[in-house]
Amino acid sequence: MSSKKLNLTLKVWRQPGPNAKGEFKTYYAKNISSDASFLEMLDIVNEELEAKGEEPIAYEHDCREGICGTCGMVINGRPHGPLQGITTCQLHMRHFKDGDVIYIEPFRARAFPVIKDLIVDRSAFDKIIQAGGFISVNTGSAPEANSIPVKKENADLAMDAAACIGCGACVAACPNASAMLFVSAKVSHLALLPQGLPEREIRVQRMVAKMDELGFGNCSNIGACEAECPKEIKITNIARLNREFYRAKFLSNVEE
Amino acid sequence: MGWFFKTFNYSVGKKLLMALTGFFLILFLFVHLFGNTFLYLGPDAFNGYVHLLNETNLVYIIRVMEVILALGFAFHIWDGVRLWLQNRKARPIKYYIKATDPKSTWTSRNMIYSALIIFVFLVIHLRNFWYEFKYGSIKQTGATDYDIVVKTFQDPIYMIIYVVSMVFLFLHLHHGFQSAFQTLGLNHKKYTPFIVWAGRIIAIFLSAGFASFPIYFFFFYGGN
Repeated sequence: MSSKKLNLTLKVWRQPGPNAKGEFKTYYAKNISSDASFLEMLDIVNEELEAKGEEPIAYEHDCREGICGTCGMVINGRPHGPLQGITTCQLHMRHFKDGDVIYIEPFRARAFPVIKDLIVDRSAFDKIIQAGGFISVNTGSAPEANSIPVKKENADLAMDAAACIGCGACVAACPNASAMLFVSAKVSHLALLPQGLPEREIRVQRMVAKMDELGFGNCSNIGACEAECPKEIKITNIARLNREFYRAKFLSNVEE
Repeated sequence: MGWFFKTFNYSVGKKLLMALTGFFLILFLFVHLFGNTFLYLGPDAFNGYVHLLNETNLVYIIRVMEVILALGFAFHIWDGVRLWLQNRKARPIKYYIKATDPKSTWTSRNMIYSALIIFVFLVIHLRNFWYEFKYGSIKQTGATDYDIVVKTFQDPIYMIIYVVSMVFLFLHLHHGFQSAFQTLGLNHKKYTPFIVWAGRIIAIFLSAGFASFPIYFFFFYGGN
């Protein structure tokens, strides 16, 4: 397939700082190769802006291979753009048509305040992890991997949950701005493995409490998170989080 | 027991309260629909059923159940409104482009609106029957409970209100039933597809069942 050249109109959210008033500004992306990635397209626009002495569009990016979860933005109302199962950096311009108008907004959530333009502060996720998304072990030489057997099913489910890259698309997609898919992935990943069991009860209670405290919304089982997750984390994890929470609250001695 | 009540103030606990009260209200709808079927058996059967519930020793159980039912509604509504308000607050700035993902259902995203219509219906419904059966002035003219039902449903405005409201009951249950299972943590590879379909069938069964009464009395009842 030969590459084509696209001319696009971008409506980009520009906001100079956390407390500044933001607005959409119009930019024209001209002669964009259909082989370019979405971020490369923004780079081209930014180079032109810089050449004109204007402030480039601030957006986050890091690995550009779909694994770091940094490049979060909402493209035409969809986190990470219109395709499923990918991050923004993996979105290519061949999925757009010549003459398209593309709206680019930051993730919107009270717990993810805008820092600048398309960049939001996602440290709320770090705080949730710090509240319990870890296991406490003494460091030292690595233990023998096969000394604790893990059944294949659990290993697979834990691996699927651990695929979460913490990008925040679930929060951005959820009509309630709930972080349940993220938290459930982290809780599930550890609850399914023997190493996670000693702190099982305290973990889920502390992570849910922290999630609530940070101002995320409540899950209402809509499933938009699952549909937009670049790693396709399943909402079966949310059901598991619910079970873990009830188990910890109603059946364990651990009071939080 | 402080821990017990505090549990229901966490996001997951609030959802648990929503699911449990929701299941309870669905159970009530089945009982209510069963009671309504006496309408199809004629005035004597229906008036006899109302008499059985209100004038015999069963009345003590019924009064207690009424209070529990009112509490069920109150908690479901209070919890739902509280969740909705918090969820709105969690996204102070809305997206300019409102796109929806291709997977989530319309019913799941609009529970508060179907709920609002069902609530308005509930107020009208209690005024129409609960109030009329107990305190209505029409009773003094010798009209029976059955007569009150017939008279209400032969009014085209009430007929339409009742039938349209049942459409929203269907939409509410369409998401609510299977969502309650997910909230309880009951998401299972083998059973969830069944639960989703069972929920839809139950939603159709209950809403169509209730809607059948105004339709019957408006269109097919003799003497109209």
